[in-house]
Amino acid sequence: MSDIEYILEATNIVKKFPGVDALKGVDLRVKKGEILGLVGENGAGKSTLMKCIIGIHPPTSGEIKFDGRQLNKFSTSDALSMGISYIQQELSPIEYRPIMENIWVGREPRNRFGLVDHKQMYEDTKELLLSIGMDEDPKMLVRDLTVAKQQMIEIAKAVSYDAKLIIMDEPTSALSGSEITELFSIMRKIKQEGKSIIYISHKLDEIYTITDRVVVLRDGEFIGAKAIDEIDVNQMIEMMVGRKVTDLFPKVKCEICDVKLEVQNLSSGKEFQDVSFDVREGEILGIAGLVGSGRTALIETIFGIRKRTAGHVFIDGQEVNIKSPADAIANGMAFLTEDRRLNGIFPMLSVKTNIIVANLNNLINKTGLLNTKLVNMKSLEYIDAIQIKTPSQDQLVMNLSGGNQQKVLVGRWLMTEPEILFLDEPTRGIDVGTKSEIHRLISQLAGQGKSIVMVSSELPEILGMSDRVVVLSQGKLTGILENSDELTQEIVMQYATNNMS
Amino acid sequence: MNSKNSEKLSKIKQLVSKYGIALILVGMVILMTILKPQSFPSAKNILNILNQSAIVGIMALGMTIVIISKGIDLSVGSVLALAGVVAASLSQTSAASIKVFESLGQQPIFVAILAALAVGAAAGAISGGLIAFTGIPAFISTLGMMTIARGIVFLYTQGQPVSKLSDGMLFFGSNVFEVIPVPVIVYGIMIIITAIILGYTRFGKSVYAIGGNINAAEVSGIKVKRNIVLIYIFAGVTAALASILFTGRVASVHPGSATGYELTVIAATTIGGTSHSGGIGTVWGAVVGTLILSVLTNGFTLLGIDPYWQQIVQGMIIVGAVVLDMRKNAKKA
Repeated sequence: MSDIEYILEATNIVKKFPGVDALKGVDLRVKKGEILGLVGENGAGKSTLMKCIIGIHPPTSGEIKFDGRQLNKFSTSDALSMGISYIQQELSPIEYRPIMENIWVGREPRNRFGLVDHKQMYEDTKELLLSIGMDEDPKMLVRDLTVAKQQMIEIAKAVSYDAKLIIMDEPTSALSGSEITELFSIMRKIKQEGKSIIYISHKLDEIYTITDRVVVLRDGEFIGAKAIDEIDVNQMIEMMVGRKVTDLFPKVKCEICDVKLEVQNLSSGKEFQDVSFDVREGEILGIAGLVGSGRTALIETIFGIRKRTAGHVFIDGQEVNIKSPADAIANGMAFLTEDRRLNGIFPMLSVKTNIIVANLNNLINKTGLLNTKLVNMKSLEYIDAIQIKTPSQDQLVMNLSGGNQQKVLVGRWLMTEPEILFLDEPTRGIDVGTKSEIHRLISQLAGQGKSIVMVSSELPEILGMSDRVVVLSQGKLTGILENSDELTQEIVMQYATNNMS
Repeated sequence: MNSKNSEKLSKIKQLVSKYGIALILVGMVILMTILKPQSFPSAKNILNILNQSAIVGIMALGMTIVIISKGIDLSVGSVLALAGVVAASLSQTSAASIKVFESLGQQPIFVAILAALAVGAAAGAISGGLIAFTGIPAFISTLGMMTIARGIVFLYTQGQPVSKLSDGMLFFGSNVFEVIPVPVIVYGIMIIITAIILGYTRFGKSVYAIGGNINAAEVSGIKVKRNIVLIYIFAGVTAALASILFTGRVASVHPGSATGYELTVIAATTIGGTSHSGGIGTVWGAVVGTLILSVLTNGFTLLGIDPYWQQIVQGMIIVGAVVLDMRKNAKKA
């Protein structure tokens, strides 16, 4: 009974995915009746660790003890019934069903005939919602709620499991200030009942407000655990980002000339507001910020994917009115999407087809058919120029490595001869070796006078590559920083968390 | 005045969007009553419409559950035929000249019924099992089952119709008290049972959850795979029940019977507002969708319109109903 102090003891958890070691032997202990903050950069392994604990991904090796019991093979429903509940980072409502069915799904109250007791379910839901300060009608469809309310429903659901341990993965990303206050008072109530909470957040001020202790992960490794009053913000950020910037980023100093693209007071609905900046020829402009800060939305709006609700965009001093990606391409822009599998590559088609597909109009002969000779020549030219490693231009893209798939996309866009390139997380999920090749390529493009706007979650990448850094926090521009030796990840992080103490 | 009018208008709009498809049925009934005041609204004709609806209608109940779960079942027509020939072969009288089982004496009717239900459940379990445990799409799994079941029907009957059936089997094609067709009664009972299953059991709620957001269903601890198997078993059982009514009515089951029924059933379900994107659909929708098709057939016959037109109108109704539903369900901006 010596281990009774801890509700959860995870020891030496290893999780391997094909090609990635997501967790490299992490320890996590949660005391009874404490709120434990779990922090780390994107990709540090926080969500993966949680998914191991809730039974979504079984760990490759390691030991999990919950409430003094050793857990071996277990499913999500086992975890739930033992008393672990999980609020996922991405909302997952059953949209077309009422609030009450979303909360009780799979464990609806039943009457003595074994049929679902809607009246009981209604009453239980009403009571549950009131206890967290909501007075919505339990029969309302979830799709008719705002995102914030949907988030609160998820929290209500987690509370309703009467769990001994509740995991909250960035629960406040969609909540307003007063709703966050409400959430915190619920969390304190849960804690007083002797239950435990693991609280994951990027917002360090929240970590300081609500948690008792904090555990820091980095690159799938356990870095440290500290009581919250024994660690200051700078120490915590240093533990989170830690690593030295090395020559992973072969930045070539470029000739920076005239202003190419200028953005004035740009807004897009609730995503971001009143953002202004400019990019010069030959410049790499980094855009940093936390998930949900509006980084991607910003460049998507400039590129015409999202609707612009206010502001102006100028190219070479001329105002342009870009309403669609086609307009943007016509104005010399190119956009490398964040999720190349979803929005970029055609995995079942050849390298050649993938490269030429955005440029077909320039590759047809007089009869309107594709000029195969020209197609082959052009695709070989780009395969060569950006050093795509492929046995032939007819190889299917699905057989290439992630880094080479990314290069194929770069090749596709270069063929349109753009002057402004937007890169959204250009090296996400790419192995370290290829990463530096992509970085070298980006540098080269800037060297040729192209303007580059690069969104990245990885601060070392931002600092290693950018000439200047635009920082966003919750849809607002918080700083445009010159990248000099004095600029550190800690400083950028403070702007990104809007915590400039 | 003006605001009152617009209030009225928005109320009508609400009504239309809530009961849209039922209003179309009501409109069709009113139109037919005006055009054929003698023949259409008679009790005999209405019972006839319901009788004609029963077979497709019962299968549409199963299909509704399948489609709510974001699946599809293309095999129900073939499964009907297979369950039908099995039931018929077990209820042949000694007067039959060609018998599937030469030396088998006449069996009690419940043997035939249980055998048919077992065939339907087994076919559903296989289709559902393949979907749940191999991860192949429902379209493929049930397309395979559709072809296989039809093949077994021909093998089983050697291509011959199964006829000369017992009175017990023919009862399912007859009327009770001389007026109410047995299929209508069976249909009515199945509507109630399905409404209870879908609206008042954990299984029913899980069907909506699986179709609406399979990830949420999984995280909420629902045993998704087991439920998928159950969903297709239910659809198979509805096809088997329909096969009993079918066998009772036609009195001689041809191995090519019910070819293409699956598409009519899917049409009825779709017209009834069940969404192929999953998570949306009701039993009442399935009933209304089926009745719309039956009233259409009946109306065209009474009006003496070329039956080929019926297919064209039916196609337009399917597409129109889905366009209507998509607009209704479109995310509010």
